[in-house]
Amino acid sequence: MGTYTLFVGQIFNGFSVASLFVLAALGLALSFGLMRVINMAHGEMLMLGGYLAYLTLLVVPGPLGILVAMPVAFVGAALVGAVIESTVIRRLSSRPLDTLLATWGVSLILQQAARNIFGAIGVGVTAPEWLNHSFRVETGLLAGLNLPATRIFILAVAIVVLAGLGLLMAKTRIGLLVRAVNQDRFMAGASGINVRQVDLAVFCLGAGIAGLAGVVLALLGPVTPNVGQTYIIPAFLVVILGGLGSLVGTTIASVMVGLFSALVQIFVDVSMSQVLLLLFVIAFIQFRPQGVIAVRSRALD
Amino acid sequence: MAQALHEQLTEPNLLLAVDGVTVDFDGFKALNGFSLTIDKGSLRVVIGPNGAGKSTLCDTIIGRVRATSGRVVFKGEEITYLPEFEIVRRGVCRKFQTPGVLPTLTVLDNLMIAGQKDRSWRRSFGLRQAPEEKEKIEKILETVGLTDRSHILAGELAHGEKQWLEIGMVVATDAELLLLDEPTAGMGPKETSKTADLIRGLGGQHAVLVIDHDMSFIEQLNGRVTVMHQGQFLKEGSVAEIRKDPDVAAVYLGRAAD
Amino acid sequence: MYARILRFRWTIAIVVVIIAALAPWLVSAYTLTLLGRFLAMSILAIGLVLLWGEAGILSLGQGVFFGLGGYVIAMNLKQATLGEGEIPDFMTWSGLDALPWWWTIFSHPLLAMLGVILVPAAVGAVFSWLVFRRRVGGVYFALITQALALCFATLLVSQQQYTGGFNGLTDFKTLFGFDLGAIGTIYTLYWVTVAFVVAAFAITYWLLATRYGKLLRATRDGENRVRFLGYDPAPYKVIAFSIAAAFAGIAGALFTLHAGVVSPALVGVVPSIEMVIWVAIGGRKSLWGAIAGTLIVNFARDQISSALPSLWLYALGLAFVLVVTFLPDGLAGLGTNLVSRLTKRSDDAPAGAAPIVRAEG
Repeated sequence: MGTYTLFVGQIFNGFSVASLFVLAALGLALSFGLMRVINMAHGEMLMLGGYLAYLTLLVVPGPLGILVAMPVAFVGAALVGAVIESTVIRRLSSRPLDTLLATWGVSLILQQAARNIFGAIGVGVTAPEWLNHSFRVETGLLAGLNLPATRIFILAVAIVVLAGLGLLMAKTRIGLLVRAVNQDRFMAGASGINVRQVDLAVFCLGAGIAGLAGVVLALLGPVTPNVGQTYIIPAFLVVILGGLGSLVGTTIASVMVGLFSALVQIFVDVSMSQVLLLLFVIAFIQFRPQGVIAVRSRALD
Repeated sequence: MAQALHEQLTEPNLLLAVDGVTVDFDGFKALNGFSLTIDKGSLRVVIGPNGAGKSTLCDTIIGRVRATSGRVVFKGEEITYLPEFEIVRRGVCRKFQTPGVLPTLTVLDNLMIAGQKDRSWRRSFGLRQAPEEKEKIEKILETVGLTDRSHILAGELAHGEKQWLEIGMVVATDAELLLLDEPTAGMGPKETSKTADLIRGLGGQHAVLVIDHDMSFIEQLNGRVTVMHQGQFLKEGSVAEIRKDPDVAAVYLGRAAD
Repeated sequence: MYARILRFRWTIAIVVVIIAALAPWLVSAYTLTLLGRFLAMSILAIGLVLLWGEAGILSLGQGVFFGLGGYVIAMNLKQATLGEGEIPDFMTWSGLDALPWWWTIFSHPLLAMLGVILVPAAVGAVFSWLVFRRRVGGVYFALITQALALCFATLLVSQQQYTGGFNGLTDFKTLFGFDLGAIGTIYTLYWVTVAFVVAAFAITYWLLATRYGKLLRATRDGENRVRFLGYDPAPYKVIAFSIAAAFAGIAGALFTLHAGVVSPALVGVVPSIEMVIWVAIGGRKSLWGAIAGTLIVNFARDQISSALPSLWLYALGLAFVLVVTFLPDGLAGLGTNLVSRLTKRSDDAPAGAAPIVRAEG
């Protein structure tokens, strides 16, 4: 296998990891932009999506089960998100740091519940036939390059979700409301927008997207009670890099984190790549503390 | 205009020069090539309709908002891009529209922190305070009428008291240039005229730049008035001149409709 | 009654310290080991009062500094068990033939003791300065500290040849020549721990009374206001973070001495955030509360998790949600409220603020 192949392979991997990060981080970033709070139990929405995929495939086996699992996971995670938002986050919305801690408590409870219901070891979801192969380049400069169908599928899911979300924000009434609240929460509330309902809707949407991410995660490996934890910390870093609640910023930041991790892993092991990623984030905020997409605001903090 | 300003910069009496400053908020020009000079110990009132850029002017001088082009010169040195706390240390202090007191500290501690001469963190580990600073603060407490409230947490003060405390804090800094953004917001006529007296009393030691809407307050201040409109300079003159000026009237009345 | 409590708070404090010092004769040997460990941890909790309660900076990475202190002292202890030219067995298995330099410098007792304080403080200072100087704070800072905890724990595991990997460092025999198993050493270690708790308490108490402490609190409530009074908030925050890191390092070192082991399981993401709950339950603005909270949570864990391990995680999760939502000032806040309400009813003594517990802004 040539150097080019390795390099291109890692770039492909980087994009596929980035698409997981973007699915995991979108909900975080949207809610953070609106409410300035981070839901530490967001990783458990991924976990939930994974388990829901597993359960759906028990009921609907066969090649199209995974396509049924996606709406199920989306709705399931969105519902749990609704419960978290209306019971915990709403009460704490003026105290962002306390929200971190309270939602961490929720995350502990959800993980332990999963452990009690499904066991600590984890459950597997077998990818259907149409995803269970890979595209191989046999000759030429990139001979030996292996592109698994699951990873292409993940990329496609991320692109579809991003496009859908972009349309939602730009073209629909709910998108308009979200942008209004994002710009000036107080004025939006004063002009008759039910700000809390917008918060709730966006939170559920974000949780649902994380649930989708859980389904694609289940295709990559076993679903365990702490599968969400593995992906959530990079997703937090994506939020830091992305800038306040920006879709474009979050996407760019996900690609940055995904590519950075994949490319440094050519030279170092996984644990060292985590350290380098953290150093990269700290170095990045030296130059752009407001993130990729900076919002110039006149509001006093 | 710019050329004239450069000559003025060497004048010994000049304290602050805002030199052709533009502030661009993603396409919206809050300040558009605005210039202004303030002499030492003088009083200047800036008025203008909503959105004229008055607060942005203060923001730019103090460093909260950065000029897209142009520069701010204080005591002959450019301060356009200095960190905010550096600008303050050089002798500019600002009172914000919303009371900017430190809510979980007592009134006395608020003034003590504002009046501290050496604001480096290295000097912050002492428990005691220099007697002359104590004296200064007691005097200020008296001026702003908070002597018997000095051990109350600033967050528990009434709105008007907070305004006064903040004026006291601004004075305590001994800054040569005080920026007062609507110092009478939320005050009744009696408190307003008391504030006007206080501000006039600051003249000579401090240069003061006041932003306000209240015409009766501005008349009591009786300083030179600069009128801003859409981020630009419109007129400058005495209160009486500004009152009579047809352009100013047009800005306030005629164009208020659109 | 409340005023009387205030007046006698120093007497009460001295009595508490004396009782704590007499613990070796008051409680069982098993309880004493636990008490020693938990008191060591409460030094970290005191640092969190300064950092989180007063400065408003939430760190989800205190385990890193706890671990740095623990590993520094453990490197000393481990080397004390080795003969001339020997290296720990996990190094031999990984094919190393000599100790790395950052092991050998800590073989000197004085350097080890200094390292316990200075290594965490220096790492904390550099890390927090890089973040705070760019005015990144609040939620962002908390998330970055969590990433730091993750990195530290995974590095410890993956760099097995230097750190002992997942098992950490253990099997210690002597500390600066004293036998760690001897009863005299155990008692002395306990008293040293109590002394460190008292010292950390006193230092923090003093710091909060200085202008530094007032500025720190002012920074928490409005960083910009402080900035527009001519102060640079960053150094105040960096100092608070570094002191909290040093306290965490001392806590980690003392814990390692009491427990006889330091491992990645004690320093990662989950332990780090649990450290915050000790203080949240006790009261983030109260030094007493932080110590009490640390002891309560850890003794409770000892009781519950041995009997019903899965129940403990539910309890912990629920504690996070409930305390943070309904009791933001923790048990100390509850206590102050209760006492002041009682006094208002029983006598007309003015209910002033407790020395450390302050009204929330």
